[in-house]
Amino acid sequence: MTSFISHLETQLRRKPQQTNSTRISLPWVITIGYLSLILLLPLAALITKSLTLGMGEFWQAATAPIALSAYEVTFVTALAAGIINGIMGTLVAWILVRYQFPGKKIVDAVIDIPFAVPTSVAGLVLATIYSDNGWIGQLFTPFGIKIAFTRLGVFVAMLFISLPFIVRTVQPVLLELEPEIEQAAWSLGASESQTFWRVILPPVIPAILTGVALGFSRAVGEYGSVVIVASSIPFRDLIAPVLVFQKLEQYDYNGATVIGTVLLLVSLVLLLLINFLQQWSRRYAD
Amino acid sequence: MLTKPKISAILLLIALIYLSLLLFLPAIAIFYEAFHQGINVFLTSIDQRNFWQATILTLIVTAITVPLNTIFGLCAAWVIGRNQFRGRTLLLSIIDLPFSISPVVAGLAIVLLYGKNGWLGGLLASLNIQILFATPAIVLATAFVTMPFVAREVIPVLEEIGEEQETAARTLGANDWQVFYRVTLPNIRWGLLYGILLTNARALGEFGAVAVVSGSIVGRTATLPIFVEQAYKNYQAEAAFGSAAILASIAALTLIFKEILEQKTRH
Amino acid sequence: MSITISQVSKKFGNFQALDNIDLDVQPGTLVALLGPSGSGKSTLLRTVAGLETPDQGRVRINNRDTTNLDIRKRNIGFVFQHYALFKHLTVRENISFGLDIRKKPRQVIKQRVKELLELIQLEGFGDRYPNQLSGGQRQRVALARALAVQPEVLLLDEPFGALDAKVRQELRDWLRRLHDEVHLTSIFVTHDREEAMAVADKIVVMNQGKIEQVGTPAEVYEHPANPFVMSFVGEVNVLLHTSPIFDHAHRANPATRFFVRPHDFEVFTTPQGDSVLAKVKRIIHLGWQVQLELTLGDRSSLIVHLNREEFVRLDLKTEQNVYLEPRQIKCFEQVKQDLFNSPADHHQLAS
Repeated sequence: MTSFISHLETQLRRKPQQTNSTRISLPWVITIGYLSLILLLPLAALITKSLTLGMGEFWQAATAPIALSAYEVTFVTALAAGIINGIMGTLVAWILVRYQFPGKKIVDAVIDIPFAVPTSVAGLVLATIYSDNGWIGQLFTPFGIKIAFTRLGVFVAMLFISLPFIVRTVQPVLLELEPEIEQAAWSLGASESQTFWRVILPPVIPAILTGVALGFSRAVGEYGSVVIVASSIPFRDLIAPVLVFQKLEQYDYNGATVIGTVLLLVSLVLLLLINFLQQWSRRYAD
Repeated sequence: MLTKPKISAILLLIALIYLSLLLFLPAIAIFYEAFHQGINVFLTSIDQRNFWQATILTLIVTAITVPLNTIFGLCAAWVIGRNQFRGRTLLLSIIDLPFSISPVVAGLAIVLLYGKNGWLGGLLASLNIQILFATPAIVLATAFVTMPFVAREVIPVLEEIGEEQETAARTLGANDWQVFYRVTLPNIRWGLLYGILLTNARALGEFGAVAVVSGSIVGRTATLPIFVEQAYKNYQAEAAFGSAAILASIAALTLIFKEILEQKTRH
Repeated sequence: MSITISQVSKKFGNFQALDNIDLDVQPGTLVALLGPSGSGKSTLLRTVAGLETPDQGRVRINNRDTTNLDIRKRNIGFVFQHYALFKHLTVRENISFGLDIRKKPRQVIKQRVKELLELIQLEGFGDRYPNQLSGGQRQRVALARALAVQPEVLLLDEPFGALDAKVRQELRDWLRRLHDEVHLTSIFVTHDREEAMAVADKIVVMNQGKIEQVGTPAEVYEHPANPFVMSFVGEVNVLLHTSPIFDHAHRANPATRFFVRPHDFEVFTTPQGDSVLAKVKRIIHLGWQVQLELTLGDRSSLIVHLNREEFVRLDLKTEQNVYLEPRQIKCFEQVKQDLFNSPADHHQLAS
């Protein structure tokens, strides 16, 4: 990390400057200093801690049955939520861009609720209305389907928090799509569905995938809403972030560090994937 | 065969039902649950020492984090938006990290740094400074998760306006502070406010990271979002929904301001 | 394939975009719809294409009533101002799109795409994406894509509008040559009179939702039907009946306006017959021609164009007196007031 800073500083010195260097340094110092104190130092503490554990112990804790089950619940449920929102979020974005209907502005603003509302509030209300006798939960009770305090509850919470990522990534791309593109397809004889599948959807797909990856990444790390809406029983609906929390509560710092490091690595891989997707989505741009 | 308007109506219906199940009904339910027994039940439910302590702590934490992150965000935006250097993309990705890291992992990292056996744990203990399970840790955790917002919103605006106006001001004899205050700031003000708004909303509402570092001690280190969870767990549904309704109202205000700022930046 | 438009009207809210339009396009001709923005030319083109439905009137393509026919079944080719290429498809895939839709055999498609790539002189560019092409190349691909499905008529909406001047000229000459080879009934929309004249067999001048005149480029220029056409297809001096130019002519009624094109003046350095005295105020060299700004005895001003040789021969200087004689004057009664807001304005150069 110190090498990273010195690297930046040498870069800074090498940069041709039109102003004198004392002017430049203050924002640099604040940026690097604050970043190190708030972000890099804690992360370095996490990584060094996991490095002190040794390969064997790390592997054992990372692949313990309870951990494997928690990964499965987390990733499979988050993926399912991402895929459903990939479809529904695109549909919502389409409706917001192409249709005129009363209350459209309100619907558009409401999409951001999951960004704005604290996750514990989301968990509280989802647990309430998706419970057996809640507004929505009671519709499913007759079919023997329980949502709150089961894995389905985890799924609903992940749907909730990941939806705006997809809608807000797809929406601007749909807005940019010129109506002439569709008219050109019609003039060449393409039907409504051919126009959709062959002309409208392909340029939007990278944005949909980016949105799904962003939503998935958020859902994988989600804690607040899930911890309330799920029962967090191991091997049933316990997700990895909650497992980290439980291990900390039991003063199992090593166990928490291992699962936390796995989650951190997954986040980094997802970050790379998202960056790649964003590059990819710009490939046809002028 | 279905006609085009019919397909449109069906698609619209599906989307609205989905949004109702996921967003509209939950949003309504918060206020229904808080107020359906009347305003008095709402008022008495939240009028307890623990609620006021949580409110005050939340306000203190927000009042410290938002200015800190605003200053950092402006500096980082300037470093990235006004300089070309190797590692610029890397720096940008690092600033973005808190968006992709689970808040629980963020909290864990802070615990490992300042905890008893952490890097700084021993030093802090000998100096008799309490960070973990106290306000400083809550501030650090909140600062961690809300770090990128201001920089993220300001960088694109800085890049869009370009350097010409600032150069012009310099040729007219303005010093750095004057350039910033009289030329740059007026240009980025809406983007900056937007970033501050998002930072503020997340700082008021952060749950996961704070839950890990605060110990969630009701009456001492619980913030308002933690109070919501603890009240719910202790079967105080009225208090939980009462405070949830307050947080949801702040969220609604945030969305309204956000809409206004988006109008301002679009023009 | 002929196109017949009869009594077509279209309103957008309170705006009358098309007002009772009648137009016949003969098979194999290339027709330009020329007019200022808001004149209804694009709306008319989009009505023929089926992208707009007229409020009343009929559109017939090749004697088939297509007024309410879906755009997909009209068998038209449409070229957009901003190309509207499919950005995620290569040049080859763009051109073959319509043939794919029609489920043509692969061999046929391959052959047709090859021919079209040759036709648009982009043989080596089949595997490129639109963002790897220049504006002119993109518009040629758009044209090939429209031609691939062998449409009965080709409709082009300001096809050169987004291109820079040089490419614009190259492409319009190329379009003219292409039309001479293919003879496809075509309508194109433009607001550029030079472009219309250079490319079209016939020009349809439109204004405020109405057709002002239909004719060959020469007809429209030499025999404009009204003041609007006269001033839209070329520069003119607009003169009142009191102008000193007419000292020797008979005085007409005060509502009459006289139109003289800047190049329709004879300029002398000595008085000749009916010539009128004028003073040279400014000389502007425009390459192959020279523009003179002159003032007449009543202090009204006038624009005259001379070709270079004539200018050199006369050896004119500013503040010099010259003598003018108009070669050709057009006069129109009942000139619309909105065209000439201030009657005191003796001279107006419309372009």
